[in-house]
Formats: sequence, C-alpha cells, structure tokens
Amino acid sequence: MKFKKTNSLLNVLLILVLVFGLAGCTTQKSSEKDTAAVEYPTKPVHYVLPFEPGGESDITARLQQKPLEEILGTSVIVQYMPGGGGALGWQQLVTDTQPDGYTITGSNLPHIIVQPLVRDDTGYETDQLVPIYYFQATPNILAVGKDSPINSVDEFVAYAKENPGAVTLAGSGSYSANHLGVLEFNKVAGIETTYIPETGSGGAVPQLLGGHVQGLMTYTTMGVSYSKDLKILAVASDERVTSLPDVPTFKELGYDYVEGAYRGISGPPGLSEEIVNQLAEAFKEINAQPEYLAKMKEMGFEVLDYGPEESKKLIEEKKVYYTKILKDLELID
Amino acid sequence: MLDAFIAVFNFKLIIFMLLGTIGGMIAGALPGFSATMAVALIVPFTFVMDPITGLAVLGAIYTGAIYGGCFPAILVNTPGTPSSIGTTFDGYPMTRNGRGEEALHTATFASAGGGLIGVLVLIFLSIPLARVALKFGPPEYFWLAMFGVTIIASLSSKSLLKGITGGVLGFLISMIGIAPIGGDVRFTMGISTFQGGVEILSVLIGFFCIPEMLRIAGEIRKNKLADVKVERQTGVIKKAFLNNFQKPVNFLKSSIIGSFIGVLPGAGGNIANLVAYSEAQRSSSDPESFGTGNPAGVVATESSNNATVGSAMVPLLTLGIPGSPAAAVLYGALLIQGLTPGPELFTTNATVVYGFMIALLVAQFMILILGLAMGKNIYSAVTKIPAGVLVPSVIFLSVLGSFAIRNNVMDVIVMFISGLIAYTLKEFGFHAGPIVLGLILGPIAEKGFVQGYLMGVASGQPLMIFLTRPISIILIIITIMAVSWPYIRMLREKKHKGVTI
Repeated sequence: MKFKKTNSLLNVLLILVLVFGLAGCTTQKSSEKDTAAVEYPTKPVHYVLPFEPGGESDITARLQQKPLEEILGTSVIVQYMPGGGGALGWQQLVTDTQPDGYTITGSNLPHIIVQPLVRDDTGYETDQLVPIYYFQATPNILAVGKDSPINSVDEFVAYAKENPGAVTLAGSGSYSANHLGVLEFNKVAGIETTYIPETGSGGAVPQLLGGHVQGLMTYTTMGVSYSKDLKILAVASDERVTSLPDVPTFKELGYDYVEGAYRGISGPPGLSEEIVNQLAEAFKEINAQPEYLAKMKEMGFEVLDYGPEESKKLIEEKKVYYTKILKDLELID
Repeated sequence: MLDAFIAVFNFKLIIFMLLGTIGGMIAGALPGFSATMAVALIVPFTFVMDPITGLAVLGAIYTGAIYGGCFPAILVNTPGTPSSIGTTFDGYPMTRNGRGEEALHTATFASAGGGLIGVLVLIFLSIPLARVALKFGPPEYFWLAMFGVTIIASLSSKSLLKGITGGVLGFLISMIGIAPIGGDVRFTMGISTFQGGVEILSVLIGFFCIPEMLRIAGEIRKNKLADVKVERQTGVIKKAFLNNFQKPVNFLKSSIIGSFIGVLPGAGGNIANLVAYSEAQRSSSDPESFGTGNPAGVVATESSNNATVGSAMVPLLTLGIPGSPAAAVLYGALLIQGLTPGPELFTTNATVVYGFMIALLVAQFMILILGLAMGKNIYSAVTKIPAGVLVPSVIFLSVLGSFAIRNNVMDVIVMFISGLIAYTLKEFGFHAGPIVLGLILGPIAEKGFVQGYLMGVASGQPLMIFLTRPISIILIIITIMAVSWPYIRMLREKKHKGVTI
C-alpha cells in the first residue's frame, strides 16, 4: 500500500517537473538567429511596460500602439512586467531578451539612472539599455489645494521657512523625479519640507484633496487632470508648458530648479544599429502625427524628439547630474 | 438619463457586454489571470467603440472576472482572483460534501445580488461616500490594516497562536522587495527578481491549490476517488436562492461591507471578502460550522467581493482617483477616449457616466443568468474529470497562470515553493488564511504607518497623529470591539448559564 501511494505521488511530481520544464522556456528568446540586415519586422513586436497598467507610460503606449503597427507593418503587443519601480522589466530586458528588435521596453529617467546608483543589486546597469527614442516628458509641478492660503512660490517658501520640516509634499515614488525634485527644491530655496512618497502618481493627489498633506510635487499630467482642484504654483521646466500656459516656471521666479521624468523606449544590449534607427524613425513619425500630438499635449505631456544619439547624450548628462545631486544630498558616497 | 438608457439598451452593446461578461468570467476563473489583466487586455479594442460601449464592455469584463473567481475556489480550492480567497473556506468543503453545485449557485446569487447593491451605491451614494473616502489618510489605513489583523483571530478558530504566527509570517513575506516608502531593498537574498517582492497571486495559487492537489494525488491510489460525489440534485437552485435571501441579514451586511471597503482606494475586494466572512462568522448562531461547508460563508464572501466592483468606481468617477488597479486601467481608457474622470464628467458627459452605471447594473443580471445556466454543466464537467487527469491539468494551469501574471519565471518558482511550504504547514495545523491576510495587509499597514509617521514628524507629534484623528478613533474603537468580542460573548454565556441554574 505504501509503495503504491509513493508511486502516484512520484507520478505527480514527475508531471510537475515536466510541466515546469516546459513553462521554464521563456517566450522571449527566438530560436532562429535573426541577422539584422534582413527584413524587420516580420513578426509581432512586444512593447513591454515595466509598470502596472493605467499610468503615464501606459497611456502613452496605448496612443502609440496603433500608429506603430501601421508604420512597422506588424502587430504591436503591449505587455506589463511590473515590479521594483520598473527594475524587473529592465532587468529582464538586459539579461533575458534577444537583440532582435522584437522586444522593446519602455524606459524612464531618472529611474534607470538613479536606481543602479542607490540600490545594490538592480539586476541591470544604466548603460546596458540601448536607447532608441525618448519621446515624452512630464516636468514636476508644485501645487497646493484650491483653498490654500498660499498663492505663489515665494509665499510657499516663506511659510516653509517659518515652519521648517512641517510642510508636507506628496509625490510619486522614492528616488523618482518627484522625490529628487523635492530635495533639489529644498536646497535651491533653502527650506526644509517633508516628502511623503506615494506608490504611483494616482495616489498622491488624494492625499492633498483629503487634507493629509499640504502640497504636491507631482507631474504636469496630474496638474492637467486635476486643474480644477489644484493651485499650481510653478512648473520645473526651462520654459512654460503649453498645457499649463498660466503657470510660471521656477526659473522665471528666480529659482534654478528644473526636474521631471522623461519617458522613452529602449532595446536590449547588442541591438543592431539598423533596427534601432528603424524604430527611432517610426517613433519620430508618430510624434509628428497631429492627432497624437494634440492628445498628448492636451493631457499635459511634453512631446520630445531625442533620437538614439541624442538620448545617449541626455542619459550621460543626467548621469553626471544625478550622481552629483545624490552625493550632495549624501544619499550615496 | 433617458439618453443613457437608450444608449445602453441597444443590440450591439448588449452583445458586446455578453461577450465581455463571458470573457471576464473565464479570465476570473483562471488562477493567476487577474481581473485587472483582463480589463487591460481589452482596453485597446475599446478605442474603436464609442465611449459608452467601450466602458460598458470593460465594466462587464470586470464584473465577470470578479464573479468568475468563485468557480475554481469552490471546485478546486484555488481562488481564481484574490477576492475569492474567502470563498475557498466554505465553498470547497461544500464541494467535498457533495454540495458543490449548490455552492456554485449560491455564489451566483450572492455575486449578482452583491454586485447589484454595489452599483446602486455607486449610483446613489457616490458623492458623499467619495468625500468620506478622501478623509482616509495614512493613519486611517494603518488602523484599517490593524482591524484586518483582528480578522486573523476568527480565521484561526482552532488556535489563535498559530493564526497570529501565520499572520506575522505573511507580514514578513510581504516585506520582501522594495519598501513602499523610502525605496530600500529588503530581503531579496541577492535575487534581483525579488526587488518586486513576492507576487501575491502566485503565493495564493501555491498556498491554496498545490496542497490540495498533492492531497488528492496522494489519495488516488487509496481508491478514494469518490471524494466528490456527483449526485443528482434537485431543487439546488432554489436552495441556493434561499441560502442567500431567506435570512437576508448576512447577504445585506456583507454587500454593504463590500460596498464600503471597495470605495477606499487601495483596499478593495481582496480585503472585503475576508472582512465580510469574519463578520458573518462572528454574528452567526453557529460559528463553529464556518470552514466546514456552511453556505453562509460563501454568501458573505461572494456578495462582498462583487459589491466592490461598483463601489470601486466611486472614487474614479467622482474624483478621478482610481480606487483599484482595474479602476486605474479604466482611468487610462477614459482619458484616451477624451473623457477626464472627475466631478465635471457628471456635467459634461452625464450620458456616458450614467450609461456606464446602467451597463454595470445589466452586467449583474448577465452573470446571474449565465451563472445559473452554466453552473450545473460546469460542476458536472469538472467533477466528472478523473482525479488523475484533474490534478495535472490544474497544476498545469497554475503554472501558466503564475507565469502569466508578469511574464516572470520566478513567479512560477515562488508558486511551487509556497505550495510546499503550505503543505508542510498544514500538517502542523497552520491555516493558509491568516498567512495570506498578513501578506495582503502588510504593505497597507507599513505604508500607512510610515507615511503617517512622516506626517506626524512634520506636525511635531510623531505618534500622536495616530490617535487624534476622528476616523482613526472610530477605527480604533471598532478594532478594540472586534478583539474583545469573543471574551464578551464568553462572559454573556456564563451569565446566561448562571441565570438558568
């Protein structure tokens, strides 16, 4: 009896092993070695987003999906691979993806720069991601509630000076553009505010609306969505943004503070120049489509055109910039 | 309003919704394939539809998926979605007792009815509820999580100590990965995939499914194949109806609990079903029977989780704040359709909003009809499968499901390891419920505490902030009451005994 029982358990375990082995074959690797010079693309392209659906990257990807399909002449499948603030998706890109152009992953600055600097083991290095195109940005905005007694950045700074540490600002993420933005602004304005991180942009605004924090350091897109409920004091970009024309820049007001998140698309290490350029051309074309442009601008996105070379330069510049800031803020040594 | 009715009740929309509901049910029934994923998958297809049709389809999918989670929960002890965890507690025992079909139909009535109440809450109580939801800040979420912890007590009726240990274990596991506040990387043991933490869906599948499959497999040779008796059952549907509505207190209370918790961003169906279950058990005249196959348990969990579908839309439509991951996807879908969720939506696009709500109502009836029609067939189909085929098939689906969550092989490995851990722990008398609860509540409690602490530091009173806010105080009182209830009950029984003598 005992022997028979172990036998069937063994059967089940055997099946488990077989099944697991089957599933262990990841779907990303293609069996043929595609040479870059041949036709691309001939199969569907996977557009991977390393975040949960519903966020800024997702909305952009959804708007790009159809035009991309038309330009490339193949179907584009949007896939989600959330975790670690994006790190899981980027790790998967650099360690487990064939450089055949059939898998590209959304990438974000400052995330891909800052994460490897502050974390011991992200599973990827900034330079391993091959930048294809950076196509949108959302500068930071400083906002208070509609009924707040504060009406300008100067008033905000004055209030913060009188109450060091007491002013709370909510934003999205840790070591994100919002978080670093608060730290940078604190330095520039000589004040001390407390950053309350939320997981995801959607979580920060309710904190303000419910009266749990006194202000927000969030993105322009949030400002546009909630323009009726917020008083946006300033935007952290070089020039005023078209979606919020009445909002002054910090620079205009005398504060040297420019910060925000850039979003783009990257390929795995070893991706051929031809495919990179072909994809870059496709995204450039999408950016020129009036319908897409209008929708993006309406929602508060800044539409950018950083091709492969310009992206590399941008990332290098930002790397130097953030390394310095993190050192100044004593977050890294 | 009338426009909305006309817009909804047109042939094309109804057909699409029907397809959406069925698709959602299938998605919900596949463990690992979450409601959010199902909605996200279909969003691109809705771009070509007009807003009302698109939203109606997405709503139908969401409804179907949350309902669909009860099928594997009842039939093979595997929650199809986290909001059906509690359904395994009594649903599966009912199947083992030969009352599986009754359980399915009970779940159908409960889901449709609970969903109905949730949508009615959405239609009539949106604005006041949304305001209350906004008042829930970090300290309140912390106390909500603490209240959730008291539920561990009722889930571990056999041994409170083991239950609490399980809960703490769940808490600890939930800390693997990146801290929600501060971004520190913890307990990843050098495996960079663990940065994202342990994926709760794969743990769920592992905890609930694998031990049961191993148990069945072990018994195949013992010739105990007749685990599940397939008897011809007459009047099952009527029984199921009565289970829900003969003594409607349980049903109504659970639906209201679900409606309210669903409104809170970040809380949602996962917690609602466990809170409702615990409350049903607490107020029942026969608490010991919970966990052995008491239909009231199924009523409680399934009505509350479907009630969250409608109420999760409250913060989305009134404030433009998505209250659950699926609502976040809908938020994106709305934006792309050119509609900005928020208060103005009611004025600028009232037809769309009301149309969406009416469509959700219709979806509840759809799951009722579909569920009642298909319940018997699904039940007999699954139970007729010989155990030797069922076990590997279910495990195969589990592997696929775990992988499908985020296309990560690590999740499959986690699933198997959780399964083995759960199997071992079961031998020592540890129930999976408290551990899973700890897993779900851990991040909520931590986030609430750390954010609240930061807020407190900023206002000069680091810890007092947890004790001085009105809603917090209410929650603290409820928690204390929940903790002391068993003792009060004991005292009352003693008093009664004393009097009769």
